[in-house]
Amino acid sequence: MAQVLTVKDLSVRFALHESEVTAVDGLNFALEAGETLAVVGESGSGKSQAFMALMGLLAKNGSVSGQALLGDVDLLNLSKTALNEYRGRDVAMIFQDPMTSLNPALRIKQQLAEVLVRHKGQDAKEAERNSIAMLERVGIPEPAKRANAYPHQMSGGMRQRVMIAMALLCQPKILIADEPTTALDVTVQAQMLDLFKSLTDDFGTALVLITHDLGVVAGVADRMMVMYGGRSVEKGTVDDLFYDPRHPYTLGLLHSTPHIAKRAARLDPIQGLPPSLEHLPKGCSFNPRCAFAFDRCIAERPPLTEAGPGRQKACFYEGPMAYGKVA
Amino acid sequence: MIQFILRRLAVAIPTLLVLIVVSFMLMKMAPGNPFAGEKNVPQAVLDNIFARYGLDKPEWQQLLEYVYNVVFRFDFGPSFQYRDRTVNDIIAQGFPVTFTYGAWAFVLAALIGVSLGIVAAVRQNSWADYFAVGVTIGAQVVPNFVMAPLLVLVFTLWLRWLPGGGWNGGHWSNVILPVIALSTSYMANIARITRSSMLEVLSSNYIRTARAKGLPSRQVIFEHALRPALLPVVSYLGPVFVGMVTGSVVIDLYFSTGGIGQAFVNSALNRDYSTILGITVLLGALTIAANLIVDILYAWIDPKIQL
Repeated sequence: MAQVLTVKDLSVRFALHESEVTAVDGLNFALEAGETLAVVGESGSGKSQAFMALMGLLAKNGSVSGQALLGDVDLLNLSKTALNEYRGRDVAMIFQDPMTSLNPALRIKQQLAEVLVRHKGQDAKEAERNSIAMLERVGIPEPAKRANAYPHQMSGGMRQRVMIAMALLCQPKILIADEPTTALDVTVQAQMLDLFKSLTDDFGTALVLITHDLGVVAGVADRMMVMYGGRSVEKGTVDDLFYDPRHPYTLGLLHSTPHIAKRAARLDPIQGLPPSLEHLPKGCSFNPRCAFAFDRCIAERPPLTEAGPGRQKACFYEGPMAYGKVA
Repeated sequence: MIQFILRRLAVAIPTLLVLIVVSFMLMKMAPGNPFAGEKNVPQAVLDNIFARYGLDKPEWQQLLEYVYNVVFRFDFGPSFQYRDRTVNDIIAQGFPVTFTYGAWAFVLAALIGVSLGIVAAVRQNSWADYFAVGVTIGAQVVPNFVMAPLLVLVFTLWLRWLPGGGWNGGHWSNVILPVIALSTSYMANIARITRSSMLEVLSSNYIRTARAKGLPSRQVIFEHALRPALLPVVSYLGPVFVGMVTGSVVIDLYFSTGGIGQAFVNSALNRDYSTILGITVLLGALTIAANLIVDILYAWIDPKIQL
């Protein structure tokens, strides 16, 4: 399949008062047309910031290096005005909190239609008609009526549907969804994921699902990338990583997820806290929390290497991993 | 909407009545009277004067007659200070002057203040921001009783461009200096409020959404950010408008504009009962009107507010 996005050596740094923090450190990955890639990690693993950087949405003290090739255009090397041509049209993004992500002062139809006016050069009437059609597509009842509503007149689930409609208006090549279901009721979450799946399939849009919820990943993703301390530590198909994790952190994540078939009395969380990005441990960032760490892990940082067909990991340990030892 | 306005006007009438009654009682409770001068006036003369102005009647009767005259004849009575002028005359003479320079000062303060605030917020921590913040602090720490003589010094005495006082029927050259002197500190406040509110809105999630849609920054700022950012500014502008169009005694004194601000202070000093009451009612009515406009603007800015 054709690659729609190739990210090479992406780093994101934030300038603090007197120091600098590296939130994303040399990230490499490729996104294929139409596939769903889950990006998984704890808070502070850099998973959101990496994609904020692609969208040019970093905070003011943030800086970015590396390459992000969309076709032959490097998104990271564009001026603000040039980037505005691509974001919203070829790459769209949905955020975690639907309650605050829509403008409270503007009607839904205006917030949708302006995207089509901007990127497709449609006139106001045409854009409004297409916006209402898209609202219907994402399952909003009485779309023509709801289009006139303001965000505060809708529920969280409805607002997230509006966000999805807005992001898909131009049928983008890539949709980045940053924890799209975290703020929603569990019952709505499943509907929302189905909606993502069917719409991105219909439009041939590649979906990047940023999440810490492995349940979400299992349901929709084709491949996943596990991030820790600003780097990717394991990549591969969802099946490979779920059934045969090769990195202790992936294993730990899987075991800290509740499972309906396993009658565990309690969860086995990964011990310790995610590292502070200002003081990353020497060697492998995960070594203080890792049950399999040996002296090499403290001295050297493991590179991301092939770990079988179509999968990679960043870990020196090659032996068997039985859970319980991780803790 | 129309229902809302009618409802508010219906509430305005009792509000004004309460205002009249309370002011009236406060005035009567204060010691002294309009004719307690230093001259030793015979009691008989005083009695005659009191009778002429109706002050010999019981106070409840005075109040009722006052209210009757105001409501049904729109007559605020004779001035106790100037024998040949009524309160209506004083207001008719002073208020247009005050309203002219006050309204201009308001427009100037709002336009420049909001623009400075937006520029400072959008270009946060750039030279434009530092410049705007600098100007704002400068304008804020110089009170108008310092600003007024400074302006006269520069524009009248040194440059000889503008007259240093007088009203001259509201000729533009006489209006400029009072307008600047009155507007600067308000302008600074408006700029400060706009800047901080704009900064908050610009860092909000929905502005991030607007940016992610690829909208040009001009559209992000003016269509998405400005309206929500103006909310706190508008609530500040209401009382400021009333304060400005009812004048400033400092401006009236420095520029001899003959506005209502000076008349108000004089009337208070002289216990000129009818003038105090007249200007108080005017102020009250303007405040009610301004608040009504603020509420309507609020509903326009924030759709969550239902009128």
